[in-house]
Amino acid sequence: MEELKNIRVILAELLRTQKLAVLSTVRSDGSAYSNLVSFAAPRPENLLFATTRATRKYANLMKNAQVALLIDNRRNDEADFHEAVAATALGRAVELADAERTAGLATFLAKFPFLAEFAHSPSCALFRVDVERFIVVTKFQNVVEVRTSP
Amino acid sequence: MTYTIALDQVRPEDRDRIGGKGYALSFMAGKGLRIPNAMIITVAAYKEYLARTGVGESIALEINRKMIEQLRWEELWDAALRIRNLFLRTPLPGELKASLSREIASKFAGRAVVVRSSAPGEDSANVSFAGLHESYVNIQGTEAILDHVRLVWASLWSDAALLYRKELGLDIATSSMAVIIQELVTGNRSGVAFSQSPENPAQAVIEAVHGFNQGLVDGTIEPDRWILDRKTEAILSHRPADRQQAIFPGPSGVELQPLPADVAARPPLSPPEVKTVFKMTRKAEELFGSPQDMEWTLCKRALFILQSRPITTGEPAEGDDKRSWYLSLRRSFENLKALLTEVEGKWIPAMIAEGNELSRAGLSTLSDAELAGEIDRRQAIHKKWSEVYETYFIPLAHGIRLFGQTYNDALRPVDPYEFMDLLGGTELISVDRNRLLARMAEMVRGNHTLELAIRAGAFTEKDRVFDAVLEEFARRYGDLGCGTDRCFQGNDALFALILRMAAAPAVRERFSHAGIEERREAYLSRFVGGARNRAVEILDLGRASYRLRDNDNIHLGRIEGALLAAIEEGKHRLEGRMGPAAHGLQPGDTAQALRDPHFLPRPEMPAKEEITGAEEISVRQIRGQPAGPGVARGQARVIVVHADLLDIRAGEILVCDAIDPNMTFAVPLAAGIVERRGGMLIHGAIIAREYGIPCVTGVPRAVEMIKTGDRLIVDGYLGIVTIEKSSDL
Repeated sequence: MEELKNIRVILAELLRTQKLAVLSTVRSDGSAYSNLVSFAAPRPENLLFATTRATRKYANLMKNAQVALLIDNRRNDEADFHEAVAATALGRAVELADAERTAGLATFLAKFPFLAEFAHSPSCALFRVDVERFIVVTKFQNVVEVRTSP
Repeated sequence: MTYTIALDQVRPEDRDRIGGKGYALSFMAGKGLRIPNAMIITVAAYKEYLARTGVGESIALEINRKMIEQLRWEELWDAALRIRNLFLRTPLPGELKASLSREIASKFAGRAVVVRSSAPGEDSANVSFAGLHESYVNIQGTEAILDHVRLVWASLWSDAALLYRKELGLDIATSSMAVIIQELVTGNRSGVAFSQSPENPAQAVIEAVHGFNQGLVDGTIEPDRWILDRKTEAILSHRPADRQQAIFPGPSGVELQPLPADVAARPPLSPPEVKTVFKMTRKAEELFGSPQDMEWTLCKRALFILQSRPITTGEPAEGDDKRSWYLSLRRSFENLKALLTEVEGKWIPAMIAEGNELSRAGLSTLSDAELAGEIDRRQAIHKKWSEVYETYFIPLAHGIRLFGQTYNDALRPVDPYEFMDLLGGTELISVDRNRLLARMAEMVRGNHTLELAIRAGAFTEKDRVFDAVLEEFARRYGDLGCGTDRCFQGNDALFALILRMAAAPAVRERFSHAGIEERREAYLSRFVGGARNRAVEILDLGRASYRLRDNDNIHLGRIEGALLAAIEEGKHRLEGRMGPAAHGLQPGDTAQALRDPHFLPRPEMPAKEEITGAEEISVRQIRGQPAGPGVARGQARVIVVHADLLDIRAGEILVCDAIDPNMTFAVPLAAGIVERRGGMLIHGAIIAREYGIPCVTGVPRAVEMIKTGDRLIVDGYLGIVTIEKSSDL
């Protein structure tokens, strides 16, 4: 499994190049809820995303901070089956405030300058996902788990 | 859209869509050389087929299973086999089929053809790649011709092509294949001609056989050979062949037939005819501007060029002789039959005799110097037999491939390894050995007194039946503790194994005679007349190859065991002088230390490469190759040294680097097998099929990434190993 040695490089490249992730949160009845979010990754173990507070995902996160984020580089063609890399990040989402929010916003907007108005809005919350582990899939069925440093 | 082009319509810019071979034929036809009537199916048809059926992505998935550089020859063959089956089972899309059918029917209705490969770029390479792609002779009827077109396409991904993928620039996105449909010329004499000898630039070489030249090309039939002076056209020498057989068209395809005595008595060509063939190659050389390697046939005195291409001087295996050795494994049926006779008649009996002689020779009475000499002698014997194994035994494995291909062509099964079920139950020695172990376990299972006696290591008169079986086991199979690393004396390990087998339910072998007979009939029912006899012979060859592939290792294992026993005796003696360090000695050092009391061993080899950050990265699922159908779940028993095998518990998953038949006594206790070495023909896969145990092979770094005690799921259908974490349970 040649990817094993390079898995951190593969993961870092994926986090750097991808703009969108599928965020899964837990609804109050325990069922799953998914949607697309733009994300930035200052470090692999910290993923940032923004959402307005009126959303379902925000309501879900207020009740249960456990999340999964799926980040992948598929191009929606047949080559995806042997070329695409997908990483599932498992962790807890924390809403940022004060200095942490200011620093986080700077990082987030460095990647998405066109989202400045949205992100600066008082109705918008910035979350940091503290990732406990990534599950990285390469070549369709090779799966490696990467535990992040606490 | 049209997918074909007639020879007389080809323009220079068509070269990339019809391949070098097709282009050369059209060029020669245009210059008035006699070429059989032909048309070319362009690469557009191949590309359309790949895109419309999804076969393209299936090939990409197959060859990207793992890094292709890591694939062993068995795995390359497996990949090529699966790809070939994919082409066999995937019909042409409707429009493409309708278009090709129309063209073929209008041009070749009712006539037999040759279906030849013509890969773009193939002939422009600097090295010779003859024989990487397939051609099929004497094919009749539109359906059959289209079937063979798919097989020619499949040969773009043959095991040999995969081996030379770098030189060929083989790539799913860019590689393609055109196909030449050529009217069959039923020549009664054929051959190859080199307008310039690869060995001497002043000379030319003409080779000829009676009948068709397929036998010459694949090495089944020795040709008559003439050397000519290129300048004077004088024949310098003629080496006649032992002309006994020739290839002629059969009802479908070609077959080997004996030559009538009067035909066999005369060379295929008269001296004037040799010169005519030579002149033709010179003409082609002038046309193309480079020396040519040409296939030709003579039909009613008319000389036809079947194909011509530039002579390449480079050897395909430059700097890598392992690949040319691999290519040499592809042998014809006749060649394999002769090899089997030699192996069974000569090498196996000699190997058994040598093993017997070694196991009789006592070691304890030898002086240290004599023991050192005995270690050297046994090393030399082991080396000799390892070479025989590589030269004569491994190529015989191709008999299994030959049968597999015949079976798949005839039955087109969903599972490309279905043919393996016809090879099972062929009286493998390792299975025989395991039956004797099972018998001892059965004796213990219902006999508490015997179990206690074994645990105490003290037999009484009442246990003599068990004792007799035990003695028979030792006599026939030696010491189970003798593996590739070291040898353990005594029966403790064997007893422990038997007790564990007795505690577990009895294991059944998977193959029944009735089941095999049924499958055999299903296979043979696809053939009639002479083809049926041939199918029987190919099956027999496959079964013999399969049996020998396992059994020869048992014989070699005995010789290796005798060497290890001598080394172990040496280490035991040296322990007094060197302490535990004696056990770390290399075999050569053991003999040296026995001779020289002041000898200091070389430092140990460095430890294996570590996986960076392994403490934080763990493997959850690994993709290997399916090698034994079924799903198993259990704890891993990782085999690092041979002795680990003796610790296996019932229901565990055996995880090893490379299993050989001397290790497979542990298999009946295992619930599944995971092996680093890949392929369907490896011993782990063979024995797993005998017992119906799920097996995944070709799992990179299996013994490094999996630890004894890890919970595993082995998916032998898909070739996937999953390591369960406690957090997932």
